[in-house]
Amino acid sequence: MAEPLTLLWLQSGGCGGCSLSLLNAEDPHLYDTLALSNIELLWHPSLSEAGAGDFIALLEAITGGRQRLDILCLEGSVMRGPGGSGRFHMLAGTGRPMMEWIRELAGLARYTVAIGSCAAFGGITAAGVNPGEAVGLQFDGARRGGLLAEDWRSPGGMTVINVAGCPVHPGWVTDTLGQLALGELDDQELDEFNRPRSYTDHLVHHGCPRNEYYEYKASAEKAGDQGCMMENLGCLGTQARADCNIRSWNGGGSCIKGGYACVNCTAPEFDTPAHAFLETPKVAGIPVGLPCDMPKAWFVALASLAKAATPERLRRNAVSEHSEVPPSSGGKGT
Amino acid sequence: MSRRIYGPFNRVEGDLEVQVEIDQGIITSAWVNSPLYRGFEQILHGRDPRDALVYTPRICGICSVSQSMAAARALAAAMGLEAPENGRLASNLVLACENLADHLTHFYLFFMPDFAHRSYAGRPWHAAISARFRAQEGKAAGEVLPARAAFMHLTGILAGKWPHTLSIQPGGSSRPVEPREKIRLLQIAGRFRHFLERTLFGGDALEDVAAIDTLQALETWAENHAGSDFGRFLLVARDLNLHRIGRACDHFLSYGAYQEGERHHFAPGIWMAGKRHPLEPGAIREDVTHSWMQARNGPSHPLEGITLPVADKPGAYSWCKAPRLDGHPMETGALARQLIDGHPLIRGLVAESGGNVRNRVVARVLELALLVPVMENWIRTLRPREPFCVHASLPDEAESAGLVEAARGALGHWMRIRNGRILNYQIVAPTTWNFSPRDADGVPGPLEQALRGLAVGNNGHDAIAIQHVVRSFDPCMVCTVH
Repeated sequence: MAEPLTLLWLQSGGCGGCSLSLLNAEDPHLYDTLALSNIELLWHPSLSEAGAGDFIALLEAITGGRQRLDILCLEGSVMRGPGGSGRFHMLAGTGRPMMEWIRELAGLARYTVAIGSCAAFGGITAAGVNPGEAVGLQFDGARRGGLLAEDWRSPGGMTVINVAGCPVHPGWVTDTLGQLALGELDDQELDEFNRPRSYTDHLVHHGCPRNEYYEYKASAEKAGDQGCMMENLGCLGTQARADCNIRSWNGGGSCIKGGYACVNCTAPEFDTPAHAFLETPKVAGIPVGLPCDMPKAWFVALASLAKAATPERLRRNAVSEHSEVPPSSGGKGT
Repeated sequence: MSRRIYGPFNRVEGDLEVQVEIDQGIITSAWVNSPLYRGFEQILHGRDPRDALVYTPRICGICSVSQSMAAARALAAAMGLEAPENGRLASNLVLACENLADHLTHFYLFFMPDFAHRSYAGRPWHAAISARFRAQEGKAAGEVLPARAAFMHLTGILAGKWPHTLSIQPGGSSRPVEPREKIRLLQIAGRFRHFLERTLFGGDALEDVAAIDTLQALETWAENHAGSDFGRFLLVARDLNLHRIGRACDHFLSYGAYQEGERHHFAPGIWMAGKRHPLEPGAIREDVTHSWMQARNGPSHPLEGITLPVADKPGAYSWCKAPRLDGHPMETGALARQLIDGHPLIRGLVAESGGNVRNRVVARVLELALLVPVMENWIRTLRPREPFCVHASLPDEAESAGLVEAARGALGHWMRIRNGRILNYQIVAPTTWNFSPRDADGVPGPLEQALRGLAVGNNGHDAIAIQHVVRSFDPCMVCTVH
């Protein structure tokens, strides 16, 4: 067997939720998944034995060229504040801003992977007034160039690989690492925001269990209703790039299956909508955001036609927590 | 006399640095620094109040549901909403799932691996403990990770995903349960019960573990269950006298956990001078004398509080504020929760040796035994065809609070709404209490007190004891400063 790929996982301006989500990996569990991909975890803040001095010694071994680093994963955004000093996150025990550690290590690792929307784009930590001057590794929101320049390439010849999501699905991470280990992740496998196409070639809308309500524009009006959440409750599933309703979360869930809107957490700048998250902005009664690749005139025409054709069953069930009207017997429907 | 800096501490959630002064091998003083600041309070300012449901869970990936719950409570109080019983049960279940998964993660992945450390190589139990608990390599992880992930399926059903759900709403839950799903939920809880009984408790029923009521009974249980993971811990704890290290201020705080109608399943209150007293949230103040935070005239109640960073401030050494109740630092967590609720074992342990490393771990493991049967009851009580959520509009002006118990203790959100927008939102998290810096009177926070007097060897190399004390609080640094 070939030498294992070494992986170093660091956390900065984030919540740790992507790591916790990763622990939800199943069949096989996380440690087996990494072993089967021939990846050796050099260090992870939540999982490794080495603390303090041993960890700093490891960092110095990498920067001193005594330890090979194949994959650097960063979870959380890069904290540049206050005033560009990076002091909002000093790496404990080193007296040095995390921002500088990240820059140095990214220059040494064959591949650098941003885990979650914070590391990729700035994410929630960069929301609103962005008090921490948080930024992604190679993006600042939707704009190219973050801590690392727009044209930056890792020693392995790749841009930063942006496994975006808030949090990430464990499979998005393990699939991406697996592709890297196989040597099958190249530019073609990344989308326009350098996210792995393995999950962003899908829309959250694909496999949505509320599909029938969507077809007939039978809309939910309040949390817990069964109808489509696009018209009133802020759901962005028809625009969001991810496979959440194809690949299940925690044994069968997804945001929409949990009864709440998709907030498009894999996208840059999802963190600061111009309206309330769980409310659809409208102009003249028509939702502002349209389904991906759908011409507006057609959407409006089809929507009004669909609304006119909505069966009573869907009209009633859409605004109820429970199915009040079951489907009628085949062929004998009203 | 020498000074040493320890950090980063791994196997805690987030980044932590501790500075200690050592005299003849004993820590004489400690300073705890939370080295990461993000600014959630500033991010929330001016947003639609309901957006707190999206932002605040993302303060922390391990206390995500607790943050959701505190935000939903604060919104519910502002809207005058009371969730229907189904909504309350569903939210309690999701919160209990997170809290118990956290206890499990803490025990197996964060705390126990320290006993595999090379400095214990001479102890008779070292080889067996290393085989079982060594980080990444120990046998236990291969059993715990799948059991934890399978237990999380409960949250997959009731909340869509973990972490960062939006199912917990001010008026209940956005996820009604279908009749067949009740069966599935019972299976998930039952499977987790079997895992705990088999692996953690050596074949004993959860109810039998929960009924252990004295230190003597606990010692006997440990001897009879030496091959269980809890038994292994208790025997190591006895050998290393873990009940003699890490004692803090012995003032305890719990906001009360899991609402059941008008009451909480675990009662709220405070514990001082060996007695329980009622909780007065109005007596909470945050002191920023030693925080890199802008000061006002003296400490503020969170409703009046501000969170504005000042990187260069004389005397400051942490981004963390120093919350005090009636001027006192307070310890919070599972030990406080069970002490205040009155569990006889925990009352006995604290009477004997106060808050310390062993007692904190015992309280956490005890909660695993106590709560799974309660969850099974909650699931049975769900009424699938009845409402899960009620609704109301948000007032333009309001002041409210949401107080909950995260795995690691008391979590509070305080919110002021003006013109339908968030004017001020302040969060005081469990580890903000436990790992607070000194206050204006120079009184150290609970961890700072817990480290004082700890023997660490002449040059501080024997620092593994520091690791035990720090991790015994199950710190969450990303909540501490947010």
